[in-house]
Amino acid sequence: MMRASSILVPRPEGLFCPPGGFYVDPVRPVARALITHGHSDHARPGHGAVLASAETLAIMAARCGAGFAGSTETAEFGQPMRIGEVSVSFHPAGHVLGSAQIAVAHRGLRIVASGDYKRAPDPTCAGFEPVACDVFISEATFGLPIFRHPPAADEVARLLASLKLFPERTHLVGAYSLGKAQRLARLIRLAGYDRPLYIHGAMENMMRLYAEAGVDFGAIVKVSTTERHKIGGEIVLCPPAALGEIWSRRFSDPVTAFASGWMRTRARARQRGIELPLVVSDHADWQELCATIAETGCEELWVTHGQEDALLHWAGTRGLKARPLHMVGYGDDGEAEPA
Amino acid sequence: MMNRFASLLDRLAYEPRRNGKIALIADYFRSEPDPERGFALAAMTGALRFRNAKPGLVRVLIAERTDPVLFALSYDYVGDLSETVALLWPAPRGLNRPSPGLAEVVETLQRLPKTDLPRQLADWLDALDETGRWALIKLITGALRIGVSARLAKTAVAALGTLSADDVEHVWHGLAPPYTELFAWAEGQGSRPENADPVPFRPVMLAHPIEDRDFATLDPAAFSAEWKWDGIRVQAAGARDGDGNPLTRLYSRTGEDISGAFPDLAGALALDATIDGELLILREGRVQSFNVLQQRLNRKQVSAALIADFPAHIRAYDVLVDHGEDVRALPFSERRERLEALIAHEHDPLLSISALIPFASWDALAAHRADPSEAGDDAAAIEGCMLKRCDSPYLPGRPKGLWFKWKRDAMVVDAVLMYAQRGHGKRSSFYSDFTFGVWRPAEDGEELVPVGKAYFGFTDEELAELDKYVRRHTINRFGPVREVAHGADGGLVLEIAFEGLQRSSRHKSGIAMRFPRISRIRWDKPAIEADRLATLEALLEPAA
Ligand SMILES: [Zn+2]
Ligand SMILES: [Zn+2]
Repeated sequence: MMRASSILVPRPEGLFCPPGGFYVDPVRPVARALITHGHSDHARPGHGAVLASAETLAIMAARCGAGFAGSTETAEFGQPMRIGEVSVSFHPAGHVLGSAQIAVAHRGLRIVASGDYKRAPDPTCAGFEPVACDVFISEATFGLPIFRHPPAADEVARLLASLKLFPERTHLVGAYSLGKAQRLARLIRLAGYDRPLYIHGAMENMMRLYAEAGVDFGAIVKVSTTERHKIGGEIVLCPPAALGEIWSRRFSDPVTAFASGWMRTRARARQRGIELPLVVSDHADWQELCATIAETGCEELWVTHGQEDALLHWAGTRGLKARPLHMVGYGDDGEAEPA
Repeated sequence: MMNRFASLLDRLAYEPRRNGKIALIADYFRSEPDPERGFALAAMTGALRFRNAKPGLVRVLIAERTDPVLFALSYDYVGDLSETVALLWPAPRGLNRPSPGLAEVVETLQRLPKTDLPRQLADWLDALDETGRWALIKLITGALRIGVSARLAKTAVAALGTLSADDVEHVWHGLAPPYTELFAWAEGQGSRPENADPVPFRPVMLAHPIEDRDFATLDPAAFSAEWKWDGIRVQAAGARDGDGNPLTRLYSRTGEDISGAFPDLAGALALDATIDGELLILREGRVQSFNVLQQRLNRKQVSAALIADFPAHIRAYDVLVDHGEDVRALPFSERRERLEALIAHEHDPLLSISALIPFASWDALAAHRADPSEAGDDAAAIEGCMLKRCDSPYLPGRPKGLWFKWKRDAMVVDAVLMYAQRGHGKRSSFYSDFTFGVWRPAEDGEELVPVGKAYFGFTDEELAELDKYVRRHTINRFGPVREVAHGADGGLVLEIAFEGLQRSSRHKSGIAMRFPRISRIRWDKPAIEADRLATLEALLEPAA
């Protein structure tokens, strides 16, 4: 049997597959790239050929322009395809619209590169499907047992309760523009909120893309420059960085909320001056990480990025071989450490 | 439910605005039944104590349930024990047990033998969610610091109906948790609680700082002047209880009962009056500086030795209730006569009257203020003058035009802006907390050393300019903090006003500033011309 470490090899550009001649989520331009999902730390422009799900390709085109790669090819979920000497298949990762895990099989050995993933239900993207494998490659963004994400619907209920308590104050909700904002918007609708939802201009194209993919957001209004101070008692979704920027000052007496897995700890929320922390994440929490690793039946765990120490220790206590890949350049998808 | 109380505390911990806090608490009181809300009120007013629950117990419980490496990594990341345990606690899945009520927790803890506590606490932690566990641990270990004063909680009770916070204050000390009759009264469902406290707190009257331009409009003949003492403002309320025994209680200016911290006053005074005054430390008849008082305030345990070393004393300047008669509506001049008679009659070494300063013109008063040495031995504890209109009634809060404080000129120093941090609430998009430093000798020339932090003193326009300056001159970021360019060839000079300086081993510069604020932004001044540390050292107060 072939050694897993010669099927996928960490390199500065990203994870490289020598027998297949491709990289997974490379951070530098390469000839052939397989992309797990559309977040900018995983999906970068300038590659020769890109293979990704149809949704991920659409997201990349919307964010980087139609010529983001020399050529593109659509991967269908669950359909094995041959690349060089290996067999490759894409499987839903439950992270954002179009997000995939990539399974690479070669001479009886299967490795799954899971990209970013979560197990909590999300009405805006296909749910994670566990894939049996010998080696599972996981991120560890929330790789500490203190990270337990509550049901997202409960957090949205807290937002709506706050709006009821302070009906005259605008609720500014920081949420990453790809994935988080759409999930929140949809959950807010599912909770029965029927007023228009206001959005920051930077979110417009991703909201439209999700809407075209069939996600129903109801009435969406882009906040215009002139009338910010006139909006009172509404929900306004904006990129997290905008909460600390001059943009946010025009609203009269807003409640600042931030939807992120990092809001689990008080110090982090206070540091950012957040009044209403909402613990909503598009990454797996500790229990989801552990459960998923166990579910794949893998004998070996590789950790790409995040807080790997605790996860490696846990794997050791379970008799799993585990090693960190120390991949650089990931974790900048809006749930990164605040700058 | 404990969970409801926990989510209230959680929300309060992030709410910077007073009105926001009141709205949150009132909303909670409205939606929670008795006795739950009453115990919540008790928790917020500091009326609950649990002797047996210690942080060590919580550590033992979590160690029995978690991998030590995972605990250590988590604690290191979170930094707070209650929060780490709350997040890490392995709640059993599918546990079909309701989460405990707050009343149940309080009542159980009061009767539970110490040996049963670990098992009981673990059962509760199993049944609660993360926020509930956090609140429970904070509550029982007495670490409930949520930025809510007793006064604020009482204001929220009043907000349930048409009462004022003062109405609640008047009946407060006759009541005990869970305050059922208080809530009924506040909601208009019941009558005023009968067992009114014989010695309630009465809200204090506060002064406005006087501005130079005010003098032109004020007639010196209409005012009375006295020294402003640098101690802590207290209200001593004394009366006879139902059995005819003297009862005295000491309150802070916000209405916290501080009798326990000053048994040498509360236990010894036998007033039949409520007086307003300054708590000072008096050694051999001589008033000590605030630094000395601070040393007593810093001690948690009030021992006989502490009392002997730091004897407390009240310098009285007003009377609110005189032998059962509420005299607050009388003019100041009449209250003053009553106070003089009262202090003379008491003839108690724990009490003295704050002397009036005779003056004919504002200039004459300015001369007294500039040189308080005429107060003799007590001059070290004088921080300026108080001006009170002779016809002013005693009104709660800070009414306009009646009382003024005229402080001695603050000290100022020119310092250089070094770091800035974003503020909270309304200011969260502004860099509004400023760390500044002065020059001191270094190996190769001079370096800036931080000497303090200021977050007020500027106007909104100035704040906007400072914010813009910080954003344009950032050279480093550490989380919410930005390092602003500072050095011999560039930097912004801030004129800092402050009330005093003390030596401090906790500060890199070796000094700590009292009450620093930005008095002027010196856009014009080169950084190299800012003050030297030696200048500040020369201003140090003599060690107490
Ligand atoms: Zn991602
Ligand atoms: Zn990522």
